[in-house]
Amino acid sequence: MREQLPALIIIVPLLAALAAPLIAYLSTRLLRIVIIGAILVSHLSALGTLLRVLAEGPWHYRFGGWLPPWGIEYVIDPLSGSMAVLISFISLVVAIYSGPFFKADTWLRKGIFYALYALLTTGLLGMVVTGDVFNLYVFLEISSLAAYALIASGGHKATVAAFRYLLIGTVGASFYLLGIGYLYAITGSLNMADLVHRLQPLMDSPAVLTAVVMLVVGMGIKMALFPMHGWLPDAYTYAPPPATAFISGVMTKVSAYVLFRFFFFVLGAMNGPVPAALTVVGWAAAVGIIIGSVMAIAQTDFRRMLAYSSVAQIGYIALGLAIGNTFALIGAVLHILNHAVMKSCLFLVAGGVKWKTGEHTIEKYAELSRRMPLTMGAFLIAALSMVGLPPTAGFFSKWYLVLGAMEAWMWPYIVVIILSSLLNAVYFFRVIEHVYMKKAEPKATEENGGGRELPVAMLVPIVLLGVGILVIGVLNEPIVTQILQYALPGGGR
Amino acid sequence: MAVDFVLDYRPLWAVLISMVAAGLILLSGRHPNLRESWTILAAFGKAAIVYSMLPTVLAGTVLETTPLNIAKGISLHLRVDTMGMLFAALASALWVVTSFYSIGYMRELDEKHQTGYFASFAVCLSATMGIAFAANLLTFFVFYEILTIATYPLVIHKRNEEAINSGRKYLVYTLVAGQLLLIGIIWTQLLAGSGDFQAGGFLAGKASVGVLQTIFVLMIIGTAVKAGVMPLHGWLPAAMVAPTPVSALLHAVAVVKAGAFGILRVIGFVFGPKLLAEIGVATFLAWVAAFTIIVSSLIALAQDNLKRRLAFSTVGQLSYVVLGASLLTPLGFLGGMYHIIAHAFMKITLFFCAGAVYATHHISNVSEMRGIGRKMPFTMGAFAVGSLGIAGLPFLVGFISKWNIALGALQGGQGIFVAVLIGSAMLSSAYFLPIVYMAFFKEPEEMTHHGDHHGQHGEANLAMLIPLVITAVFSLILGVLPNAGGSFYDLAVMTAKSIVGGNLMGGGW
Repeated sequence: MREQLPALIIIVPLLAALAAPLIAYLSTRLLRIVIIGAILVSHLSALGTLLRVLAEGPWHYRFGGWLPPWGIEYVIDPLSGSMAVLISFISLVVAIYSGPFFKADTWLRKGIFYALYALLTTGLLGMVVTGDVFNLYVFLEISSLAAYALIASGGHKATVAAFRYLLIGTVGASFYLLGIGYLYAITGSLNMADLVHRLQPLMDSPAVLTAVVMLVVGMGIKMALFPMHGWLPDAYTYAPPPATAFISGVMTKVSAYVLFRFFFFVLGAMNGPVPAALTVVGWAAAVGIIIGSVMAIAQTDFRRMLAYSSVAQIGYIALGLAIGNTFALIGAVLHILNHAVMKSCLFLVAGGVKWKTGEHTIEKYAELSRRMPLTMGAFLIAALSMVGLPPTAGFFSKWYLVLGAMEAWMWPYIVVIILSSLLNAVYFFRVIEHVYMKKAEPKATEENGGGRELPVAMLVPIVLLGVGILVIGVLNEPIVTQILQYALPGGGR
Repeated sequence: MAVDFVLDYRPLWAVLISMVAAGLILLSGRHPNLRESWTILAAFGKAAIVYSMLPTVLAGTVLETTPLNIAKGISLHLRVDTMGMLFAALASALWVVTSFYSIGYMRELDEKHQTGYFASFAVCLSATMGIAFAANLLTFFVFYEILTIATYPLVIHKRNEEAINSGRKYLVYTLVAGQLLLIGIIWTQLLAGSGDFQAGGFLAGKASVGVLQTIFVLMIIGTAVKAGVMPLHGWLPAAMVAPTPVSALLHAVAVVKAGAFGILRVIGFVFGPKLLAEIGVATFLAWVAAFTIIVSSLIALAQDNLKRRLAFSTVGQLSYVVLGASLLTPLGFLGGMYHIIAHAFMKITLFFCAGAVYATHHISNVSEMRGIGRKMPFTMGAFAVGSLGIAGLPFLVGFISKWNIALGALQGGQGIFVAVLIGSAMLSSAYFLPIVYMAFFKEPEEMTHHGDHHGQHGEANLAMLIPLVITAVFSLILGVLPNAGGSFYDLAVMTAKSIVGGNLMGGGW
């Protein structure tokens, strides 16, 4: 069994997704147990795999025993292993949280939601563990299609947002497909490890240049890199809260991971057109950070503010890749982890407030500190982390990014990062002021009033992520030196 | 002098004890007596831990601990050297006094949000200990930012429009400053390969003059905002909207002194006087400090609100510390450092008095204070002691630091600053002594607008009165015996010597 762990990461949630509607017909209580159980198994498998990888080096798992480059292989190195652990963890936490949202729904709706949710998890996990660029495309489409449907299930406005995302997202995926098509045309291989060798002599060919451009555009769209972020704010705002929390937490980061994988492992950061592409990505990220933050300040809807903040934050990750030295890459990978935890936490809070009070504008957050003290405590930690204040996790990714930018002597990037922290402070402290200081006008009804705080199923995930932010912050050094350092190209030398 | 380094966890406990207390305070919000006992216990515990380290430190041993790494290659490094000991001993001793005062004040006024208040206060003290004991730049920065955030809830305590605006102003100043400091720290980290504080500095020869000057400016802006150096002082008068015990301990001792302490660290332990003399930016800082001293005193003259007057006086007095350090002479450094102690005792007394007057009689303006000394003789007597001390009267603690700063100026051949000190002394007499005069020698106004309800009160309640008498008495004792209470003068001398690496009277470097 232990030898099959990498396969379990993918197969268990996939089977759960397929069975979900049927199980929902039998018992919706059983459905939740099965889905949460499946994701838990996936998470534990990912954890087990990562531990073995850290002890023994990268793990090549050959599906059906077929040898690469003909068969599909899963390659788990510390980078993909950590990503898989992160994705399955966030998925697990959000799955637990989602319970109360669907209390009143029919079995069919529940069945379909959880089926899509498990499919999305499968797709994202598949994208990170696979060592085959076409297999990656398949998982990309699985996750994308599941995400479109999940977003669309959020109601009237969500349908439009999802359709828009579907159009743009499909274009992005097609660009990715074309990109790997070019690589296949000149090398005849789809296996990443194989491509590394075959591409070396061809790096200066126009085909590689074309492929790189297509990859940047394709993944740029999927990760909402400025100026290809247009789909994101509506999609995040109108999707059902649990879906948003999961999608915002990990989906864009997986695309950033793909870019990282291609540029630094498959193509090589110093070869051919890659440095130029990274420079373009860096400047797009820098502009995106500023514009995303400014737009976030302009929002009155809390979820929309978080959505624009995501556009800015994905820029941090892209910026780290663009700077490209060890410090900056540590910063980028650490920020993938940090931002997944803090943004999921924030969207869970937003969903919790919507669930309890039915409100989502910042003005209506007045005096929530009294009604939901623990939830707002977690929000406070996440907000401070977004601003990047020690000892929260957000500070440390900023620390490594600025160290990297300083070492590479890229001053504009330092200015952008620092400015962005301050802009973050502007829009988060505005919310904090409302939560802790403004007086709420007396309100007749509440959606799910009664009692202090949220139900346990929602509260525990929120508090867990909130505490997680502090833990990651305080323990960032072991995380970096024991795990993330090995996730960098060349083991972080 | 050989220095022993000994591994010891006490600095860590000193930091953590009030952090734990903050958690307990939040949990026991519904039981005020239990909640306040956590504050008191933590205050005494912290003081006990800090003072238990004093003899060892005086003997020349340095205690340190590195419980974990905060970032790749950088540990959370706490080290009790003489300068850190000076600040920690001061803050922990005054926290004990302030805790009692706080309880008296908050209960007298029946304030809301007391749980958050006491919890934030405890976190602030943790951060202050961290700042005092930080042995490298990143550790310093982590605690510095925790202090920034933990003070915010205290500034906005009243939750009204004015408080929110002050809170915003406070955040704008401190967060921007923090980011600039961060750039300076990261730059230093890369240039020197480490950020460990070293007596006499560690940056010499690491970069070109231009780069070093830039880093110095970044770091000084980052720390000078908290120290209220003009023109970066704007948040401090605004923050006076906080409850008076906050103004007393944080806006006269812990927070602002953390800024001044940071400047001393940057000058003495990052750059070092020798290097600064070469790159020539310290003189500029000295002039900025001198400007602040004079101008803030002039502004203080025009304030009618007592706390605002005290705030501007604080702005001026803090720049004494900055001036002393930026003279780059041994005695200047000694005087600047001792002024951290001196000003703390005097200003906390003055704030305690202002708070007692407000809590007991609801008077917050100077013009309403006629005859108040007859009702509150002890309070206003303490106020008179504090005022005279700020003015620099001999045999009060303020004189000792000013005397040393003046000597330091002469030692560096910058006699002009002696004139600044004298001018400032006269100005501070001008803005404080009239209050004392009015309080004791003018007829009280007829009680019209408050009715007789408050007229019945005479002296402040004991929880407020005893602390302010204690601090006033200490201002007197320290003026005669500058080592009383915590060997503060010896600690300052030892620090100055460690930076110079030899004799205090030597003059040049």
